[in-house]
Amino acid sequence: MRQKEEQCVVTFRTTAGAMAMEKACKAAGLPGRLIPVPRTITAGCGMCWAAPPSARDALEELVMERRLQVDGIYAILL
Amino acid sequence: MIYLDNAATTRPKPTGVAEAVAAAMNGWGNCGRGTHPEALKAARVIYGLREKLAALFGCQRPDHVCFTPNSTMALNIAINGLLGPGDHVISTDLEHNSVLRPLYHLERQGAELDFVPADRQGQINYGDFEKLLRPDTKAVVCTHGSNLTGDLVDIERVGAFCHAHGLLFILDASQTAGVFPIDMEKQHIDVVCFTGHKSLMGPQGTGGLCVRPGVEIRPFVVGGTGVQSFLAIQPEEYPARLEAGTLNSHGLAGLSAALDFLAETGTDRIRSHECALARRFYEQVRDIPGVTVYGDHMKAERAPIVALNIADADSGEVADELAERFQVAVRPGAHCAPRLHRALGTEDQGAVRFSWSWWNTEEETDAAAEAVRTLAEE
Repeated sequence: MRQKEEQCVVTFRTTAGAMAMEKACKAAGLPGRLIPVPRTITAGCGMCWAAPPSARDALEELVMERRLQVDGIYAILL
Repeated sequence: MIYLDNAATTRPKPTGVAEAVAAAMNGWGNCGRGTHPEALKAARVIYGLREKLAALFGCQRPDHVCFTPNSTMALNIAINGLLGPGDHVISTDLEHNSVLRPLYHLERQGAELDFVPADRQGQINYGDFEKLLRPDTKAVVCTHGSNLTGDLVDIERVGAFCHAHGLLFILDASQTAGVFPIDMEKQHIDVVCFTGHKSLMGPQGTGGLCVRPGVEIRPFVVGGTGVQSFLAIQPEEYPARLEAGTLNSHGLAGLSAALDFLAETGTDRIRSHECALARRFYEQVRDIPGVTVYGDHMKAERAPIVALNIADADSGEVADELAERFQVAVRPGAHCAPRLHRALGTEDQGAVRFSWSWWNTEEETDAAAEAVRTLAEE
């Protein structure tokens, strides 16, 4: 398994929410990708957006500006 | 074969639709089930389709576009999920059984129904909506266009009526989606139910409903969503709220390609072509002795449908002759619109329905009209 490093993780309540996030991030040139939700956040299934911690402010701004439907934003070791 | 049964399903589909279905079948994983590249390919196209349909129908949010196998399922979800015992509902005599049967089912559970009547020409009087209004009226459920006559309902007017009286407006857009303009905001529509395989030119097995944000439809089917797995109830958020189980992603890939075709070709251009052919046919058959044409053909705005009968001939026999002798494919019978057939007085005879799409030509239209003339003269 790869070495863990801190990541900024954005979670969603629907797949549509995750897809809207991916699309908005790509359009805005923000880093990150969709990964399975880690168990440290929730033991359910589903996908989340994982990005370097340095992108957190920009991601939060994008979420507010585009009114993206997110569940939570976390800093965790992945 | 001259295919003039496009109100049943458009045929052929645009180039690219079948290819998109095949590519999805051979290359995609399951939308919303996992984050590997093949699953994400599906999820991206499906989300893109939600965006296209939201734009087409003036739905405020793409995540409020929910997919179903057809408009019947969409109508069942909307009607059963918004209405219940004690509610009064207004509908019309123009409706298809996809609206009528869910409403009758609701009636057996304790709801009350009233229908705006159609006259002998199949026309409704908009003043009747006002006359049927009651303090307990909760919704209007109606079609945008009759699948039998092609007559359109003035949904802007019905929407304004609903808005003025605080009623929910559930629209059956099966016969018009993609060809006639629909704007949920401007026309005050709360739920648009559509099918993918008619005027949207996509595959059968695709359809859905667009829901105005704030309109909370109770889930009709519950099950797997790919999200919130430990929740004992269906997730509250759209579209997962109304999408239990694996989507028909392969079919939806085709529908997405079909919407691209509509956008490239232009819905105004498509509508104009189809309606011109229907008008051309009508002009040729209207005065043939023995031919009765149904619906209001004085109106320029109507779905590209012409329903007729030849004297008192069984519509099934006429359709069979058209297919076998003239290679013209049309639909006879009752068209799942029992109330309108009663109004037109065609319960026994049914009607022979001709319906056009973008792919039909003037030559085909003229040949079909000539076939009607021949049969009427025999």
